[in-house]
Amino acid sequence: MENTIVKAENYNAYFGDNHVVKDVNISINKNEVIAVMGPSGCGKTTFLRGINRMHELIPGATAKGKILLDGENVYDMNAIYVRYKIGMVFQRPNPFPNLSIYENVVAGYMLNGLKLSKADKDVIVERSLTSAALWKEVKDSLHKKGTFLSGGQQQRLCIARAIAMQPELILFDEPTSALDPISTSSVENLFHELKANYTLIIVTHNMQQASRVSDKTAFFYMGELVEYDDTKQMFTAPKDERTQNYITGRFS
Amino acid sequence: MEQHIGIRNTKSIIFKSVIVFFAFAITLPLMLVLLYIIKQGITQVNWTFLTHVPAPPGEKGGGIANALMGSVIMVAMASIVAVPIGIACGIYLSENPRTKLTYYAGLAVDILQGVPSIVVGIVIYVWIVKPFGGFSAIAGSIALALMMMPIIIRSTEQTLKLLPDSLKEAALSLGVPYHRVILKVIVPCGFAGILSGITLSIARIIGETAPLLFTALGNNYFSLNITGQMESLPHVIFNYATSPYDDWHDLAWGASFILLLFVLTLNIATKLLTRKWKIQL
Repeated sequence: MENTIVKAENYNAYFGDNHVVKDVNISINKNEVIAVMGPSGCGKTTFLRGINRMHELIPGATAKGKILLDGENVYDMNAIYVRYKIGMVFQRPNPFPNLSIYENVVAGYMLNGLKLSKADKDVIVERSLTSAALWKEVKDSLHKKGTFLSGGQQQRLCIARAIAMQPELILFDEPTSALDPISTSSVENLFHELKANYTLIIVTHNMQQASRVSDKTAFFYMGELVEYDDTKQMFTAPKDERTQNYITGRFS
Repeated sequence: MEQHIGIRNTKSIIFKSVIVFFAFAITLPLMLVLLYIIKQGITQVNWTFLTHVPAPPGEKGGGIANALMGSVIMVAMASIVAVPIGIACGIYLSENPRTKLTYYAGLAVDILQGVPSIVVGIVIYVWIVKPFGGFSAIAGSIALALMMMPIIIRSTEQTLKLLPDSLKEAALSLGVPYHRVILKVIVPCGFAGILSGITLSIARIIGETAPLLFTALGNNYFSLNITGQMESLPHVIFNYATSPYDDWHDLAWGASFILLLFVLTLNIATKLLTRKWKIQL
């Protein structure tokens, strides 16, 4: 049990009266890659955004139940601190357009007003960009704006920005859905390397991607967590009929 | 179908010619005004003109130093008040598009923008000039600030609304508190647009005469005292142009030229700066 990093207990999320995540119980271990899949509108993204309390930023959005991060309920913590501790990568690459590549990587420190020495920043930038497999491509143009990069590079820059904060947990909200196949595979390869140091929760509607990158898969349907198991197990012998139907493409 | 092709083409050509003609025609009045003022005014401008106060009637020479300085001081003071308030309101309106306060504040901004400048002048006269015992540059600046604010508020709002939500989410997901998200990400990304709103509002008020008639009034002498009367460029033009002396008419043309030069420079500088600072999203 001490290996658990995130644990949801009877977690419910709402948009106004619309009940989008229903009574989810899940326990996620450290240094694993978890794929969260399901059809559109099944609540997977909402669940993900509940973990770092981004969900409640949308007007009318509320949540009930507990999500424990290292044993502490994030809903008892300061939301800003929760978001600071947990990294997040979004569907569309969103580097800060007013900052250079270098500044984008240390944005988490800069924007929070944390002062770092130039040497410390250099170390963080190089380490984060290396981890995000972007260092070689951008090391000579660190002071150009991040928005000059290609979509795939921008997304890796956003991953570097999340890594720079040294989170234990990084949330990915359909991180490759706006990328071309080559960029997608470079980001997917990255997941395997990041696993050593971080726990990754990846929302995806791409089943092949889930099977390629994850250790465990959670299948959401109509707001419920239908099945949560080892990815291999789930894709070869799903226990629930609905999972079976989804995987075999009977609905999407 | 086929036999009408010729007629249809002709109609298209006529239509295109008409819109080209009017697009061209709209530049004519500006050109004529510019040429005339430059022709009349440029000969008046020299060092004495810029550094001396007006000469008494009958004497040669004299300049508009007092008006130039007065305009700069009053516009600067108006900006100090209007820019922070305007940007703050603009941020609120763009961040909270659906609240009641947004509806009423937005309505107030639109109405304020439509209030005739002379009415603004009268209101400030009643509120500030009368109770505080006299015309002053401060009262003039407040009147000008009231006219600047709606322009700055609307341009800030429009600019910030165009920024994608993903930008804000990126910052929030890093644990950045709301005020820093706005001040360090949202406002810098919209800086070019906000700046152009500010310069636009300055260009708009620098030529305003009506609100100053009741507030700063005017002053024939050089004055840096903001609690007293102060001269301004549009007021000096108004005064001299309506005077019976030919020398003073010449001064009015010179002052018009300076005012025009100022507005043009401001507009061109804004265009160049916003292009340079425009953020590629």
